[in-house]
Amino acid sequence: MSGIAFRALISHWRRKPLQAATLILGVALATSLWTGVQAINAEARASYARAASVLEQNDLTQLIPREGAVIPIATYARLRRDGWPVSPVIEGEYRVETIRLQLIGIDPLTAPPGTGVSSVGSAKDLVDFISGKGQLTVSPTTARALQGKVDIALNVSDNLPDNAAFSDISVADRLLQRKGSVTRLVVSPGPEISAAALSAVAPELQIREAGEQPDVGRLTDSFHLNLTAFGFLSFIVGLFIVYAATGLSLEQRRATFRTVRAVGVSLRSLVAMLIFELTLFALASGVIGVVAGYFLATALMPGVASSLQGLYGATVPGFVTLRPEWWVSGLAIAMIGTAMASANNFVQIWRMPILVAAQAHAWARMSIFALRAQAMVGAALLCLAAILIEVGSGLIAGFAVLGCLLLGCALLLPAVLSLVLGLIARRSAGPLTKWFWADTRLQMPGLSMALMALLLALSANIGVGTMVSSFRTTFLGWLDQRLAAELYVTARDETEASRLRQWLPGHVKAVLPIWNVEGQVLGQSLQIFGVSDDATYRDEWPVLVGTDDVWEEVKAGRGALINEQLWRGKKLFVGQTLALPNGLNVVIAGVYSDYGNPAGQVIIGIKTLERYFPEVSKLRYGLRVDPMQQEAVRNLLVHNFGLPATSIVDQAALKRQSRAVFEQTFLVTGALNVLTLAVAGFAMFSSLLTLSTVRLPQLAPVWAMGLRRRDLAIAELARTLALWTATFVAAIPVGLALAWVLLAIINVEAFGWRLPMQIFPLDWLRLGAIALLAALVSMAIPVWRLATLSPAQLLTVFANER
Amino acid sequence: MLSIFGLTKLYTSAEGPVEVLKGIDLQLRSGESLALTGESGSGKSTLLHLAGGLDRPDAGTINLNGNEVTNLDDKQRAGYRRYQVGMIFQQFNLVPSLDVASNISFHARLAGRHDPLWQEQLVEALGLSSLLTRYPEQLSGGQQQRVAIGRTLAAKPSLVLADEPTGNLDEATGDKVLDLMLLLTRSAGLALLMVTHSTRLADRLDRKVILRGGKIVA
Repeated sequence: MSGIAFRALISHWRRKPLQAATLILGVALATSLWTGVQAINAEARASYARAASVLEQNDLTQLIPREGAVIPIATYARLRRDGWPVSPVIEGEYRVETIRLQLIGIDPLTAPPGTGVSSVGSAKDLVDFISGKGQLTVSPTTARALQGKVDIALNVSDNLPDNAAFSDISVADRLLQRKGSVTRLVVSPGPEISAAALSAVAPELQIREAGEQPDVGRLTDSFHLNLTAFGFLSFIVGLFIVYAATGLSLEQRRATFRTVRAVGVSLRSLVAMLIFELTLFALASGVIGVVAGYFLATALMPGVASSLQGLYGATVPGFVTLRPEWWVSGLAIAMIGTAMASANNFVQIWRMPILVAAQAHAWARMSIFALRAQAMVGAALLCLAAILIEVGSGLIAGFAVLGCLLLGCALLLPAVLSLVLGLIARRSAGPLTKWFWADTRLQMPGLSMALMALLLALSANIGVGTMVSSFRTTFLGWLDQRLAAELYVTARDETEASRLRQWLPGHVKAVLPIWNVEGQVLGQSLQIFGVSDDATYRDEWPVLVGTDDVWEEVKAGRGALINEQLWRGKKLFVGQTLALPNGLNVVIAGVYSDYGNPAGQVIIGIKTLERYFPEVSKLRYGLRVDPMQQEAVRNLLVHNFGLPATSIVDQAALKRQSRAVFEQTFLVTGALNVLTLAVAGFAMFSSLLTLSTVRLPQLAPVWAMGLRRRDLAIAELARTLALWTATFVAAIPVGLALAWVLLAIINVEAFGWRLPMQIFPLDWLRLGAIALLAALVSMAIPVWRLATLSPAQLLTVFANER
Repeated sequence: MLSIFGLTKLYTSAEGPVEVLKGIDLQLRSGESLALTGESGSGKSTLLHLAGGLDRPDAGTINLNGNEVTNLDDKQRAGYRRYQVGMIFQQFNLVPSLDVASNISFHARLAGRHDPLWQEQLVEALGLSSLLTRYPEQLSGGQQQRVAIGRTLAAKPSLVLADEPTGNLDEATGDKVLDLMLLLTRSAGLALLMVTHSTRLADRLDRKVILRGGKIVA
């Protein structure tokens, strides 16, 4: 490689700094959004794995009950007597005022090494852990939250996730009132145990192998896939920018290539130099991209943490750690992206005769054949999407439908627009309007990449916006139904709860107990609630399908209501018998919507719940009171009854909290939407800037025939606005189709519930206004350049030696 | 018809201002054709651009049909180009987005002088009948130049300005194009000012002037 020749090649960028900036920014944007999203995903997944390893001893084989939620202590004793190396674990939710703790009780004497908390290492630690009232080992954050609220000593460990606590098994037994039954048994590492051997000793147990993916990991897959899809979308849009910038830079340097080759540089060397040059660009841009990706991830991570907590109850830290593998993967993706975006341009350089004059405007053209081929691929992708909707199943198939739909529509867009513009041009009567439309059509190939990127960004905005707005409207209506009680009260212990049960009936219209237990149903752990026989449920509960006498059946103890996710997930049907723990069999009488809950849920009559699950915690109550009396009842509860104010939540506050969680949940999606649109806007800006440099030969003759530069600039403005508008109009049906896929396929696969789709034209108008603003910004510099062109610059077009 | 007096044009270069035209005086009557010849850099194209209202002189006057051109503002100059003059360039400069028929009628329609019969005669005379639906990129150089001539003549301007109109064509095709141009401008009574390097072509016009160093020397 000749240094002189290389210097000649890269001197181009000194003369075209804006083009260089576009290229760098394109790669950096693509890299930053991609690595930012990957960093968020990696951080969250690492957090799940850590939690699974620490809290669920996920790296050990475990024995869990086949039915029901607990293992009798006698079963554990039998296994130990037979020489099984098992250790008991008690697990459950422990409430400290408004704090919900995942409490895990272990037996430090029989627990395998490395299980639970590392701080129980020395003999003194062990004595502290198990003696007296015992102690709770918690994270620093949880320790701060619990300070002064519990009468057990707190031991702080950095290894634990927030809102979780380890204790000795006897402490957990006492706090969770388990009365000697355990949740699961951890098996010490050693020879593999067989199912046959287990069924001989304890047929009521089953083996859960080590390393099985934690539930939360599976649940959040859809969320991370969603983020990845957004990251990928932005990556593709960024590559469009790179494609445009490298294509033009290579075309503009055709004369230089000719000269360099004429002085003895081989084509192979020339291409090697260009590849080296682009690699330098990719590396520099990659570094910027990774740093920007880190800041992006840092900015988005608190929102992601809230989303994961709100949607799935998964706890992840709200910050990102800069990892070395980021640099490697970020720079690699920058290089791969640049290579992908430039490959086609390099092939053209390799194939085209080097001794032809530079035709920068020819670069911006696309043959009719290429346009047709692209449209055919687009149509094929849409067909594939339709087939996948019919025959596919699962989340991956859902995202495949999404990908095929978006990419198919994007590929079809240039051909459709070209067809429409051709028709308008043919129907136009005036010379200027005819020229305007025909010239607009001529710009299509040069702008097609940017328009495709814009279509992707706009339709993603409309689709996700429709989904979120549909969700919001449905969710708020559903909240009104679900949160029918005016006040919600939580007793601090059973004694207080018992007093409440005595006191409340004389002071409120109705008392709605909110009691639930956890249990294994159809192989999954879910919540079983009991409901009293009250008109509130008959009038308000959001039942989707059910028998006419659903509430009578529930009251009688024969029937049960199940939530939509359990109904869809297990393909259950109304009238089917459902086996609940403790030998309770009920018939499914109805299905209700239960948005935002990742797990299955069953509702039975309150008396049935008490009879079959006597250990049920009876601390929470919903109270129906006259709205005018609401404040008086609250005051009575606080002042006369002695409940702390924090134990009473009114409906409005609860709804406010729920709405806040909802809005926070979709904050990240909103931010990514805006970022994708911004990248698409930049793609349009770079394309217009690129085109403005090759437009002179097309515009100068019209100027020479009597159009002012101002007229040309106005035409250019109108042309770009027309294309933006056309793309925006095209994005509406694509966005709605995307929303349908999200609501009817992805959501059902990911969350287990389906939302009714609602249309929000006002949101489109708002998006249209933002897009228009972005359009005006993107064309400001190119149009200003055109309007201020000097006649001398236009005259160069007519010069005989150009 | 066209009267040019004391026309001067300066360009700024790295070495300082360069006087490209130094007080040019020139007259052209209706129906007359005049060849501007001279070496490269003698100022031929600059003179043509000034006469066409594409650029402004630093001194001197240009008068076409009694109207002063040099003092026109941007809008008036656009009108001058639209209604008074027609230009033919060596690079053809057709509108790439329009087909041949639309390219030919484009200037005439802009000027509000579209005459379908005249256009049909031109198309016939230029041998473009079979090419009307083609686009510029689908034409040879000779064909493109015939379209450019058709476009200019269809607008019936008072003055046709041609800058090396056959410069990109081979000799035989160039001769044919020039024959057509002369025939059509003469039959329509239009004035033609043509820049050319070729003495042979210049001799075929009614008059010729030679520029050297920004001055008319013959």
